[in-house]
Amino acid sequence: MNKIFLIIEREFLNRVGKKSFLVATILIPLIFPAITFLLIYIDKQSKSDTKELVYYLDESKLFTMDNSKYTFVPLTGPLDSAKATYYKPQKKDLALLYIPKIDIDKPSGIRLYGARPINFEDEREISSMLTDQLRDIKMKRAHIRQSTLDSLDSKIQIETLVNEGGTERKSDSVVVRVVGFTFGILMYTFIFIYGAQIMQGIIEEKTSKVVEVIISSVRPFQLMMGKILGLATVGLLQFLIWIILITTLTGLVINFAGVEPSPGQAAGAGNNLAWLMETATLPWGYIIFCFLFFFLGGYLIYGALFAAVGSAVDSPAEAQQFMFPVTIPMLISYMSLFAFVVPHPDEPIAFWLSMIPFTSPIAMMGRLASGVPVWQLLLSMLLLIGGFIFTTWVAGRIYRVGILMSGTKVNYKVLAKWFLMKG
Amino acid sequence: MEALTASGITKQYAQHTALKNVNITIPEKTIYGLLGPNGAGKTTLIRIINQIITPDAGQITIFGEPLKPEHIGVIGYLPEERGLYKKLKVGDQLVYLARLKGLSKKDALTRIKYWLEKFEIKDWWNKKVEDLSKGMAQKVQFISTVMHEPRLIILDEPFSGFDPVNAQLITREILALKEKGSTIIFSTHRMETVEDLCDHIALINKSEKILEGSKKEVKQRYRTHTFSVDHKGSFNANGNYEIISQRPVEDNFYHTTLKAKQDITTNQLLSDLIGVTEVHSFIEKIPTMSEIFIGLVKGESHE
Repeated sequence: MNKIFLIIEREFLNRVGKKSFLVATILIPLIFPAITFLLIYIDKQSKSDTKELVYYLDESKLFTMDNSKYTFVPLTGPLDSAKATYYKPQKKDLALLYIPKIDIDKPSGIRLYGARPINFEDEREISSMLTDQLRDIKMKRAHIRQSTLDSLDSKIQIETLVNEGGTERKSDSVVVRVVGFTFGILMYTFIFIYGAQIMQGIIEEKTSKVVEVIISSVRPFQLMMGKILGLATVGLLQFLIWIILITTLTGLVINFAGVEPSPGQAAGAGNNLAWLMETATLPWGYIIFCFLFFFLGGYLIYGALFAAVGSAVDSPAEAQQFMFPVTIPMLISYMSLFAFVVPHPDEPIAFWLSMIPFTSPIAMMGRLASGVPVWQLLLSMLLLIGGFIFTTWVAGRIYRVGILMSGTKVNYKVLAKWFLMKG
Repeated sequence: MEALTASGITKQYAQHTALKNVNITIPEKTIYGLLGPNGAGKTTLIRIINQIITPDAGQITIFGEPLKPEHIGVIGYLPEERGLYKKLKVGDQLVYLARLKGLSKKDALTRIKYWLEKFEIKDWWNKKVEDLSKGMAQKVQFISTVMHEPRLIILDEPFSGFDPVNAQLITREILALKEKGSTIIFSTHRMETVEDLCDHIALINKSEKILEGSKKEVKQRYRTHTFSVDHKGSFNANGNYEIISQRPVEDNFYHTTLKAKQDITTNQLLSDLIGVTEVHSFIEKIPTMSEIFIGLVKGESHE
């Protein structure tokens, strides 16, 4: 047993000591707070106090210029003199709005002159301001009162509630979906990355021929498990650092920007930050615990399979042929994530995918945020553990023979033979 | 006491038998040559001794005890397929390998420092193996085999891949280790390379042991009573010996190969010769291991 720990320690130190680990561990968590910061920044920008100047020449005398984003400066006289006034100042103001005498039923000829290119958003803003005013004018003409119009316009908001063991929890389906997708994709990516690293490590040991030196000191199974578990500790450490960094940094950014995420605010909030506040109401501790558990389980299952593949071949290129069948269940669960699991988390296909150990880590992540009955979660976890024990046993039998074989042409028949071979 | 005994070792793979009822006895503090052509089963036997694979039948004892996982620490193994972690520093690598052999970290450090100083490569500690030359890596590899002071050292094709300088260094260290009380197993198909070093030998061919014994015994047993003589003045065969070949070298000098009768001692033969010619050199033609081996294998196939 003691020797497994030595191998775990070695594997851990090897990986953690690498620059790539440091870079990935520090940089990736910065992405989330950066996105949050960006969203908040954009949100604040749009409400910024520095209003731009818009000159206008209204020959129709129909409009009252009123928009919180701009300061309007009225001009008089013919268009040419107005243009001259607008173009003259050194400081380039946003635009000159020219409204000729128009027929309110067929408004045409309204122009926006710009000393520099006018962006689409400003154009739309001004055009909608004019449209609204024109509508008001027409309403008055038709003797429709604003209150009458308002009473016609009713907006229905549906609140989704999920029953969980008798208590009802509010669930926002968009946020739940996003979380489902995100965690499912993360799970897929991490299992793949870490699994591939195991395979690579084993191929390296085999090609550098150090493996026989090692297995004269430890049993092949110990070496395999040591490597798999060693890398698992690296993965868990990385996640831990990520979780801490992401939560602290995101918290810092939100505080810095002066936004208080509160559940109450989330309900009616229609701004960019709504999703942020929604997500804050999810049971994060529970989701992260499950993520770590299913990552560990899925990683151990696929790690063992990747280890077996690595032991059988002499080069990464040769590994391709065996990678395919190993990754198929992963691909299936990844694609089902989009097709079935997240959109219909309670249907049988989602249920079964989240039970089968080869697909459950990804599928369960997709279902988790929408609420999974406790018995299903426990059963899935139990099956995952069983699946891990089974694949490790199979992989171990292939591994012990494979690592000592080099230069042999390996196919599935050969793998089966190795599997059946006695000690 | 025997360093190692193997009795009735059999190992069968799907299509072929790697070892068939092999028995060997390796006395302590000797250099034991495990000789035979490629594919004879030497590496399989060594892997069984190293507990990398298990035999289908048969027992192994090591220093009088049945072989157990705990014995890993008393064996130092240099496999034929050998290598080191390329990305790992020399020091870390050796400490890791030593600890896998059961040494404490402290002991590992002391031993490794001793060996690095002995080979005058102390400043390699922080070098990665991939930055070492092949010859340098071979030294590190050798240290990794012997640093835990194993009582039994197993070297599988030790000289293949080692440059002559390192091969000599290793030979010297092997002899020193034997002096200190280690038992060494040499496994090779190049019999001539270890012939001089070995005290005991076993010949393995086609999964079976065909010969075992001390080198002296074996040579005695397979003596051909053939002598080669350089002499002045020709002579003819008598009742004690027969002439296999005789050729003139120059003037009246000849080179003769002759075969003595079984019961004639070397001294008797020599005195006979002195009577008939002027002997310049007189050497018994002792068969080499590969000659003995080839003789045995041919004999077998004739049967």
